[in-house]
Amino acid sequence: MKTESKLEKVLAAGHLAVTSECGPPRGCMPDKVREKGKYLEGVVDAINVTDNQTAMVRMSSLAASAILRQEGLNPLLQVVSRDRNRLAMQADIIGAYSLGIDTMLCLSGDHTKFGDHPMAANVHDIDSIQMIQMVKRMRDEGLFQGGAELKNPPKMFIGAAANPFADPFELRVLRLAKKIAAGADFIQTQCIFNVDKFEKWMEGVRSMGLHKKCYILAGITPIKSVGAARYMKNKVPGMDVPQEIVDRMAAQPKEKQPEEGITICIETIERLKKIEGVAGFHIMAIDWEEKVKEIVERAGLLPRPVV
Amino acid sequence: MDNFEPVIVAFCCHYCAYTAADMAGSQRLSYPPNVKVIRVPCSGKVDAMHVVKAFEKGADGVYVAGCLEGDCHFKNGNTKAARMVAYVRRYMDEIGIEPDRLEMVTMSAGMGYRFAQVATEITEKIRRMGPSPIHAAIETGKAA
Amino acid sequence: MITAERKPLEELIEYIRPYRRILLVGCNECVTVCAAGGRKEVGLLASGLQMALLKAGASIEVREHTLERQCDPEYVEELVPMLDGVDAVMSMACGCGVQEVARRFKNKPVYPALNTKFMGASERQGVWAERCMGCGNCLLGETGGICPIARCAKQLMNGPCGGSTNGHCEIGDDVDCAWALIWERLKELGQQDRYVEIAPAKDWRAGKGAGPRKIIREDLAE
Repeated sequence: MKTESKLEKVLAAGHLAVTSECGPPRGCMPDKVREKGKYLEGVVDAINVTDNQTAMVRMSSLAASAILRQEGLNPLLQVVSRDRNRLAMQADIIGAYSLGIDTMLCLSGDHTKFGDHPMAANVHDIDSIQMIQMVKRMRDEGLFQGGAELKNPPKMFIGAAANPFADPFELRVLRLAKKIAAGADFIQTQCIFNVDKFEKWMEGVRSMGLHKKCYILAGITPIKSVGAARYMKNKVPGMDVPQEIVDRMAAQPKEKQPEEGITICIETIERLKKIEGVAGFHIMAIDWEEKVKEIVERAGLLPRPVV
Repeated sequence: MDNFEPVIVAFCCHYCAYTAADMAGSQRLSYPPNVKVIRVPCSGKVDAMHVVKAFEKGADGVYVAGCLEGDCHFKNGNTKAARMVAYVRRYMDEIGIEPDRLEMVTMSAGMGYRFAQVATEITEKIRRMGPSPIHAAIETGKAA
Repeated sequence: MITAERKPLEELIEYIRPYRRILLVGCNECVTVCAAGGRKEVGLLASGLQMALLKAGASIEVREHTLERQCDPEYVEELVPMLDGVDAVMSMACGCGVQEVARRFKNKPVYPALNTKFMGASERQGVWAERCMGCGNCLLGETGGICPIARCAKQLMNGPCGGSTNGHCEIGDDVDCAWALIWERLKELGQQDRYVEIAPAKDWRAGKGAGPRKIIREDLAE
């Protein structure tokens, strides 16, 4: 065991792990964070706290994570390389660990173009893979990125993202291998709608033995409406929503669409459970946190193991 | 400027519009004397600078006359000219000269009638628009 | 080369409005090649400025001159006899040229006519694209001759990110994914193993990180 992370314990014990996410509010509303956290209490093993998701300013992931921690929950701190240089990141990581946050996810982040501050500078002092290296070095060698000694290092369980649906497809497994070589302990994937393509990607993952070196949590997103399905299909870079999903949503009357979205989600989880190398699920119910419990329950993943 | 007679500069390609002007003459087709024809080896050789200078010197209207699409003697001089005209029209807008005072037209060497018609139409259009703001400012300057 | 674009005429007119006579100075180097500030553009701008002011009932005399290279003091010296009676200088060079003129003529206001954009190459006639950020420690040898710092929107040294679609960058279909290009090129060269190596965090001291940079060639420096 590398860390005290609840997520690591669940995974190491061989359980299918479940994580979900909480997008911090766009204002000083700590109660919003608590409210979103409440929906996930006892439902998931760790709660991802997004870091200026879609390049929109929100309460910092560190502060929101700290609030969740105070509530006795297990936050998973997301850090994007877009907004901070390596000094600021390391400071936040030490700060996070000092506040009891022991699990994190290293990301590059959406380009500022997509957010509400397109005029801002994109920092990208280091990239997500270099961030993984940095955190691992802090944890395992007790050294800062710059080489100086770090007293009482943060024992972070290190996560990274993978998108099996982006191009070039042949690099998708290789890049995952680079993240694992850099020190990623677990992976959360982009939302999976195209299970066939995901299966193909996992074949590549298994052929390199990567599923044995790192835990892979499959990304799941319930779709609320046919409009949302179309938007994700056409407008979100790196998303792969097959036409049949859009058609299934469209076949339902408006009021039945959310229910259909949840059903698709459960079916997807059931299919993914059968794929060798899938170590758990990351459920991204964007502004729909109240539905996560139902999904986890219907997918037969409740109660969560006590470790 | 009650009896406004516009000054129009026409940059005419030797291989088409300039020959068409000749043709118009031999066919006894008249066109307004306001149009000052400048022969160029290809419409693509007309530079933005030539057009801008024409306006600076007081032209009320300018047009570049090149070959029909696909018929340029030098392959694509006419399409280059069309892009140059579009560019200068945007610049004219910045300066504060109505972009419609500048046009790109095409014709073949045999189109004497079209040459006369284009010359007449453009002259009438510019006459309706009145003197270019630069022409007007030059005149005001002279009067003062 | 260094690429640039002319500022909007309106902005330039605001700069020169107080003056009666200005010197408009072009440069025969990069900005001539990218059609922003060479002799021809100097002529076009001089005409445009004069017409715009004339139209507004004002007038200005614009002297025109184009230097061989505006970022070298030897050439800037050429301007000395032309500055007599000139109220201000407007430079059509890149930011380097503007500053060189400003440094030489301390009591003349110097205004930029261009927005300096980037170090780039000509993709085709009339199209220039960014190629280099001057990071001071070239890694093109590792990346198949395509720079991820200048050409990846997130300057990922270990890309591509999850937004790469069909060879395009997530910021727009008109932008190539640098890492898709790098991968294609590495394959062509049979250097796929280069991709597998993790590029370590960059030392930005060679670049802007250490503050303004200077090169001193001892054998040449006087």
